[in-house]
Amino acid sequence: MQVTRFPSRADGLADRMSGFIAHLRSNGLRVGPGETADALSALSQITATDADQARRALCVLLASDAEDWRRFDDLFDAYWFNVGKQREGVAQTSHVRVQSAKPMIWQDAAHSDEQGAESAEQEGSADQGEGDAEGTDGKLIATRTVNLSRRDLRELMDDEALKQAEKAALMLARAIRDRRSRRRKQALRGATLDMRRIQRASLARGGEPIDLYRRAKPPRPMRIVALCDVSGSMTVYSRVFLAFLKGLIGSGTEADAYLFHTRLMRVTDALRDHDSIRAAGRLSLMAEGFGGGTDISGSLESFLNGYGARALNGRTIVLILSDGYCSSDPQALSAVLARIRRKSRRIVWLNPLKGWKDYQPIAAAMQAAEPHLDAHLPANTLEALAALEPQFRKL
Amino acid sequence: MGWGCMSDWVRIGLADPTERRGPAPSEPPPRYFLPDEEWILVLTLSDVQNGLAAQGYVADDRLAMALHLAQTLGRPLLLEGPAGVGKTEVAKAVAASREARLIRLQCYEGLDASHAIYEWNYQRQLLAIRASEAQGGVGEAQLFSDAYLLKRPLLEAISQDIPPVLLIDEIDRADEEFEAYLLEILSDFQITIPELGTVEATTRPIVILTANGTRDLSDALRRRCLYSFLDYPSKEVEMAILRARMPEVEGVLARQIIGVVQALRKEDLEKTPGIAEMLDWAAALSGLGVNDMAQSRDAVQATLVCLLKTAADYDAAPPEVMDRLIGKVA
Repeated sequence: MQVTRFPSRADGLADRMSGFIAHLRSNGLRVGPGETADALSALSQITATDADQARRALCVLLASDAEDWRRFDDLFDAYWFNVGKQREGVAQTSHVRVQSAKPMIWQDAAHSDEQGAESAEQEGSADQGEGDAEGTDGKLIATRTVNLSRRDLRELMDDEALKQAEKAALMLARAIRDRRSRRRKQALRGATLDMRRIQRASLARGGEPIDLYRRAKPPRPMRIVALCDVSGSMTVYSRVFLAFLKGLIGSGTEADAYLFHTRLMRVTDALRDHDSIRAAGRLSLMAEGFGGGTDISGSLESFLNGYGARALNGRTIVLILSDGYCSSDPQALSAVLARIRRKSRRIVWLNPLKGWKDYQPIAAAMQAAEPHLDAHLPANTLEALAALEPQFRKL
Repeated sequence: MGWGCMSDWVRIGLADPTERRGPAPSEPPPRYFLPDEEWILVLTLSDVQNGLAAQGYVADDRLAMALHLAQTLGRPLLLEGPAGVGKTEVAKAVAASREARLIRLQCYEGLDASHAIYEWNYQRQLLAIRASEAQGGVGEAQLFSDAYLLKRPLLEAISQDIPPVLLIDEIDRADEEFEAYLLEILSDFQITIPELGTVEATTRPIVILTANGTRDLSDALRRRCLYSFLDYPSKEVEMAILRARMPEVEGVLARQIIGVVQALRKEDLEKTPGIAEMLDWAAALSGLGVNDMAQSRDAVQATLVCLLKTAADYDAAPPEVMDRLIGKVA
């Protein structure tokens, strides 16, 4: 948390309040000058000298989602009582851990600080941030030590592969995009009559409904959520899959991408970066622990508890790109897939091993997962990905 | 409670209570801060809380503050939280405590203007045209008048004489387009009907929106609203709720119910039981004449359907587990 020191020469309540708003803004709340006025008028409606009332009123007014709501007390104390902490310690629940591991916040700061600095310095700052985000989860620290040898994704992505992947992803996205909405809109052809427009037009014809207008259901695009395994056993394929993800994000469909190994991170924003080299740089900073062990069910679980509520709905197709080799309990995987399945439209598992001849889902995890999948498809090269299009059309 | 250290006035930026510079917070604020509706029935914070309590709704301090501000500032209130913590109940209780009308708009995917705002009664208009042909026809002004206007919840809410409570339930189920339209209404409280002109709000309703995270809401909507997050209540609060809603439940049973429900919430369930489920279960148990859960295990098992709503959850609480939970509480 950023600490804002009390301005010693602050002048009057309005001044301090705008200081407080600035303090909240620097801590990531979406508030602006308009809120300052609102806050002052809210204080006028209550006993402003009662700190508890003021705290509650400001919280109600200035928080705009559940996370702000939880953080507000600390931010309030930090400003009005000068008890800010420089850095939050260990995140408590798994959900918060995922949130704080969302790398955008600190990464942007790290980048802007050291734009022209040596790359060594940049790596140093990334390390610091990572350590902060990872907390004290035993598993994660183990992964870190295994993977001190950093894998640079810049090597893994070249322009040619990107183009091919983008094409494959575009085709897939197009294949599943066309779904009908339930809302009806005016259209040239359609099943139902648009009484409103017919009536309106009939006035011009002396009340005779001569011109018939119609309403139809417009197409409503499907959303794609892609979860990509980047653990050790998948290293060979990660090049293909990352390029594929990048293509998917850039395909114009609503898409969301996540990487996971022993924990999960959202990479949509990094992939959306138009500069593909910079995107690769950001990705490689994020994928610390890349190539380590796998915890599929744990990662899916934290996805479901964290991002799941936002990312999943009845129009979402969940793509899981993984080989299914994992250390976690197959039962847990089966359970979490069942939960995801209920929240989304389809689950598709893209398995690189399935491209092999005579592949049987022997891995216990895959066996547990199969009943919950709508499709289990091979995907080991870009060509294989491109060949998936007809299957996707059927989904 | 005071602001802790220093003098309270110094803390909020006024050097000394004797020489107050700037506006003292207890004085009425400058006009431009306030919405210019004098008709708003101004209630103090404790009035709000007492009013809700009289309706059997136990509101925590923050929720009461949120409702107080929603009424005094005339802003919509967005309530978020898990299912079954009483988000919809808030609106009902507020309406009842103010003796105002509750107008409810249940959102769903595909909800559009003709279901939320207004629609012309086309069939009736066509009939009127036909029926009056003998007398020389009807004028357009007559056709597009109040008689042929079907008011849907939003229009209904802004054309009441007494400010009603407008509950927009599960706003996250509606799609983005509707949300954008709603923003316009919530900021101006006026609706434009092409055939009639702009309908201004006669009174400004108290607007309560609820959401439980099917879809993320836009920043614009969040900014316009006051926000309150309702979570599962603590043991004491839940006990107070049970007492307020069902005074007939005996002390022992009430303690057991609350204890078991609180313990079940800590279990890894697919669908965590909310307050509504707890009240259902209490009603079922007391309706069966159970006074002590430990004595009537069968009834407990049979009534669990009120509490656990999926087959997996039901399997997760076999009699042995329930015995353990009840044993812990007793």
